[in-house]
Amino acid sequence: MAVVKLFGAWTSPYFYRVIWALKLKGIPYECIEEDLLNKSPLLLQYNPVHKKIPVLVHDGKPICESTIIPQYIEEIWPQPSLLPSDPYERAMARFWIKFADDKLILLALSPSISKMYRASGEEQEKAVKYILEMLETMEDHGLIGGKKFFGGDKISMVDMAFGAVAHWLGVIEDAAGLKIFEAHKFPRLQSWIQNFKEVPIIKENLTDRDKMFALLKRRREMLLASK
Amino acid sequence: MEQVQLLGMWLSPYSYRVIWALQLKGIAYEYIEEDLSNKSPLLLQCNPVHKKIPVLIHSGKPICESSVILEYIEEIWPQNSLLPCDPYERAIARFWIKFADDKGPIVWKICGTRGEERQKVIEESLEMLKTIEEHGLGDKKFFGGDKISMVDIAFGGLAYWPGVIEKVLGRNLLEAHKFPRLHAWTKNFKEVPEIKENLPDFGRLLKRQT
Repeated sequence: MAVVKLFGAWTSPYFYRVIWALKLKGIPYECIEEDLLNKSPLLLQYNPVHKKIPVLVHDGKPICESTIIPQYIEEIWPQPSLLPSDPYERAMARFWIKFADDKLILLALSPSISKMYRASGEEQEKAVKYILEMLETMEDHGLIGGKKFFGGDKISMVDMAFGAVAHWLGVIEDAAGLKIFEAHKFPRLQSWIQNFKEVPIIKENLTDRDKMFALLKRRREMLLASK
Repeated sequence: MEQVQLLGMWLSPYSYRVIWALQLKGIAYEYIEEDLSNKSPLLLQCNPVHKKIPVLIHSGKPICESSVILEYIEEIWPQNSLLPCDPYERAIARFWIKFADDKGPIVWKICGTRGEERQKVIEESLEMLKTIEEHGLGDKKFFGGDKISMVDIAFGGLAYWPGVIEKVLGRNLLEAHKFPRLHAWTKNFKEVPEIKENLPDFGRLLKRQT
């Protein structure tokens, strides 16, 4: 029996936050794919409060929330480190992890609830505006100093928290027929996206773009047709 | 100049989270009250992303977001620990601190809404309180067991705001027979000396809401 189990869904950037942490640290785990429209009794038992993925189960004990699970992983398996050792730098990292969590939820950069590809008109415009504001903040405040990653030279938990921007945003844009992220307007962010996706573990562990595009396109057509 | 400064606002439970943590650990600090309708250049400089309080300034370096500040305080001044030592228990504590951050604010929306919307917000607040009562607190005195911890601090606003809201609404919110454990917790929490001596004035809060 595997000591570490991970409940997730292939479309979710939150799920991938945990996959990246486990793989970067070389921790073996068993992956359990959840059908989010028909959640398993086990998931509901492990996460009774939110009933969401991802959930990490370590020696039978569940840990929930995709920003909390990597911190737990960091404490149990400290190497290689995904957080700075200096308390002030660690506070800065936590600030940006919280920013990523709060903004990505608000923007629903989760394919299942993204307002951008579902809606049109005013709702979509509002969602686009929020995304641009988030990207501007990341560019102007998060990545100042020409850093390769949010924490400096090495990939860290902050980069993983922003993973949705590096991969999922593009697919959602395409499915909605939108262009929000323009590389020339966000040069630092553009570099970061390239650096992030070049890290071997990240490169080898990204949700299938074509599969997700097809799914989003299908869902969008269904939603627009039903209005 | 004090080595530790706190930019805060008396109405904000997030500001009080930091005050309680500093008090419980016996850390000397200078408190600076911010006028949120006229934010100081210091605040805007220290928190350019959100422009919000609280901000802790330690040896000239700013830390923003109350839950981030709490973790920082715990790391710099580990005495009178506010988090469990066991990593699993710590993950559970962080889960509830995040819950307080994400779901807690619904309660502050009650007074600002009217009619049908207010009813909806009240119902959501009651559901949230029920979740905390059943899943977070259980039969424990405090969220982490026998001692006050970061989770209690994170939920601290719930120990005094519902009383104010109840007076404004003219109806009960956190009723003892519906939320026996949470109700008992509000009493236990407010009896901790460092909390008791650092609570906003009830009358002043009520006046502000009416």
